[in-house]
Amino acid sequence: MSVLDKLLPEFFIKVDRDLCIKCGQCVNNCGFSALLQDKDKNVKPIHEKCVACQRCMFVCPTKAIQITKFPGTQKHNDYWDPEYINNIKKQANTGGILLTAAGTDKLHPIIFDRLFLDACQVTNPSIDPLREPMEIISYLGEKPIDIAIEFKDNSYILKNKLKPNIKLSSPIIFAAMSYGAISLNAHKSLARAAKESGILMNTGEGGLHKDLYEYADNIIVQVASGRFGVDPDYLKRAAAIEIKVGQGAKPGIGGHLPGYKVDDEVSSTRMIPKGTDALSPAPHHDIYSIEDLAQLIASLKEATDYSKPVGVKIAAVHNVAAIASGVARADADYIVIDGFRGGTGAAPTMIRDHIGIPIELAIAAVDDRLRKEKIRNKVSIVAAGGIRHAADMAKILALGADFVTIGTASLIAMGCTLCQKCYTGNCSWGIATQRPDLVDRLNPDEVSKKLVNLIRGWSLELKEIMGALGINAIESLIGNRERLRALELSKETLDVLGVKPAGR
Amino acid sequence: MIPALEHIPSGCAAAGIMNKSGIRISGDAIMDMMSVMHSRSNGLGGGFAAYGIYPETPDNYCLHIMFDTESAKREVDSLIEENFIVERQEKIPTKIINEIKDPPLLWRYFVLPKPEKLVAKNMHADDFVVKLVMLVNTRIPGSYVNSSGKNMGVFKGVGYPEDIGRFFMLEKYGAYIWTAHGRFPTNTPGWWAGAHPFSILDWTVVHNGEISSYGINKRFLETYGYECVLLTDTEVIAYTFDLLVRKHGLPLDIACNVVASKFWKDIELMPEEEKKLHTALRMTYGNLLLNGPFAIIVATNNYMMGLNDRIKLRPLVYGKKGEFSYLASEESSIRKVESNLDDVYSLVAGKPLKVEVNKDVCA
Ligand code: SF4
Ligand code: SF4
Repeated sequence: MSVLDKLLPEFFIKVDRDLCIKCGQCVNNCGFSALLQDKDKNVKPIHEKCVACQRCMFVCPTKAIQITKFPGTQKHNDYWDPEYINNIKKQANTGGILLTAAGTDKLHPIIFDRLFLDACQVTNPSIDPLREPMEIISYLGEKPIDIAIEFKDNSYILKNKLKPNIKLSSPIIFAAMSYGAISLNAHKSLARAAKESGILMNTGEGGLHKDLYEYADNIIVQVASGRFGVDPDYLKRAAAIEIKVGQGAKPGIGGHLPGYKVDDEVSSTRMIPKGTDALSPAPHHDIYSIEDLAQLIASLKEATDYSKPVGVKIAAVHNVAAIASGVARADADYIVIDGFRGGTGAAPTMIRDHIGIPIELAIAAVDDRLRKEKIRNKVSIVAAGGIRHAADMAKILALGADFVTIGTASLIAMGCTLCQKCYTGNCSWGIATQRPDLVDRLNPDEVSKKLVNLIRGWSLELKEIMGALGINAIESLIGNRERLRALELSKETLDVLGVKPAGR
Repeated sequence: MIPALEHIPSGCAAAGIMNKSGIRISGDAIMDMMSVMHSRSNGLGGGFAAYGIYPETPDNYCLHIMFDTESAKREVDSLIEENFIVERQEKIPTKIINEIKDPPLLWRYFVLPKPEKLVAKNMHADDFVVKLVMLVNTRIPGSYVNSSGKNMGVFKGVGYPEDIGRFFMLEKYGAYIWTAHGRFPTNTPGWWAGAHPFSILDWTVVHNGEISSYGINKRFLETYGYECVLLTDTEVIAYTFDLLVRKHGLPLDIACNVVASKFWKDIELMPEEEKKLHTALRMTYGNLLLNGPFAIIVATNNYMMGLNDRIKLRPLVYGKKGEFSYLASEESSIRKVESNLDDVYSLVAGKPLKVEVNKDVCA
């Protein structure tokens, strides 16, 4: 190996010889084989292999092991970031595409952090969610434009026939993450937590494993361009169906599940041969236009007797408002808009970090457009991509979304440390992997509880925020931009958001 | 005055009187009712709605319009001429009093839409009038339509309500429904068009409260063609009732179940049919829920209705004596004009109280 082939490690593993009791736990737990023990049981780090998944630091009983950034410095350069230099060297070695995972880690402006919520003082009272009802039940699906009523036998009878809607106890959905990209235990945890919390999980594009059939009422099944695992039974074993057109982390790009993650179970669930790469094409090859999408929506509804909502997921791209309008008119019942911070199990770095627009702007633009065209009732709007906490959720709802999906946040609740190495299949936390030794670490009994807690915590926080706003029903928060103010955002951004600057 | 007992003024005052058989009474009583609640207002807005005041032209829409400038009036005049047959137009009579300063130009027009305009636009007369009102309010700066119903009118401005009443000489009008409002403005400056009642066609609304859901109520109404320009949350209430009752044909009590919707926990316990209905109402009109404290009095040509928010954060009292029904923010206000009541009680959270005039009153 020539010195030119070499890369400096990104991380540096320090083992404190005084503290280490040589128990070997770190070595056994490292999914990336970055730690070995010599014959005297001394821990030997291989710095180049470390991805800072942090598993060793969590398991070490004496806190003898620490991961730090590689301390060797390079000449400081604000423009040529060390990451870019390293990447060029990697590509000079291999001639390949840079791969990464999770949501973009780049410091693009964060609009969420420039938005502030309102509260009541004096002129209207705030409401105490511990003492008063605080309603966050939400319905996913198309709503009527008006209500028709008949007066019969001394009572009012509803004359509308409502389109299928799903009732959620909180406006949160676990984001689409496929079995294959993540482990079966991770999928089971999500399904159980969705059921217990009264919300939904999304299968992603990898089909539905038979162990999850019992959770059908809390599952959205995805139909993506690879059509993995799609057959009539799959469509029937779900509360809703979602056509995946795009993903915020990789708009315009298909999926790629490497063959080494396709074991027996993944192969039968996806209905593909074991060990083959599962490649979903960039576009759906039966959707080259909006009318093609309308046909697929109609077919899926026909196939399921118009009994469940059919949604469409698109990435937040420049023209998202017009696209969403088309999707609503193509008879989708809900639209997921995935912002540029959305996560992924594998994506080309250039795509992840440079394509798409922020979810805050996309939701504002879509909500405005659908209202202007008087078709807002036709779809629920679901905001995806980069929702970090309950305040982000409250803000995006106020901008106009009906629901949020949480992917990265739910992974973190399951143990993920955002090392961004999901595509390697070595996830030390048993999430983004199919290696049996790693998958076994993730216990659905334990992890589903964490997810339930997360949903509970965020729901309570949402209620607190609503209480401060003097609002006791989520319908009064959604699209209520009057209760947001912005700090240091440009006039143009304010204009798109429909939000006033703080102080006005 | 003992400092500890010093009154801290807050909120607004609302009141209403209705005579069931359509007997028209002068504005004295309602002005009396308002004067008792003087300290609930701060002199930055007061107003009245009166029904049955133009019996000689019951079929004409009467547009009460205020203009900041002569040129605004000229613009509106030509718009009206173009679209309406004008039966009569005149300055609204007022009396110069010290308390009322710098009033705008106040005019009323008794009109009917030109039939050929309705045909050309394929519109119902009511919708045509609503459209014109929106046009005047949004496109002609310095002009505001205060009311646009038949045989009714709104009189309002900056001042204490009882002074506004004297300014408009309401003692000279006879009405079978009167509603009134005194403002203690918090979220918009005191200006003439911003005073209550708010009105569209023969709907009027007076409102004590602050709507925390204003932002989305307004945006929802915009998708149904209503433009909210008056910088106040009460405007959305008037448009909401117009949309639900007139346009969508919902019964008034059902419309009340939209603006003060049932809680999910109560819907859960309802019989199946009722549950379906209330679920559908919330799913469809959830954005029209008026969230936040309110006590409102809604009136039209044939009824008066009081309604509180669903957790009752503002006062509203009902009183009855013979053919007269009363609503007011304070019981004292009712007692001032009728001390010997047959019945008196506070309204229940979220439950409308509607009193109707007899069928023959406005057939
Ligand atoms: S886990 Fe900690 S104590 Fe155990 S071998 Fe590793 S560094 Fe040493
Ligand atoms: S899921 Fe696992 S591999 Fe992926 S970022 Fe999280 S910890 Fe790393």
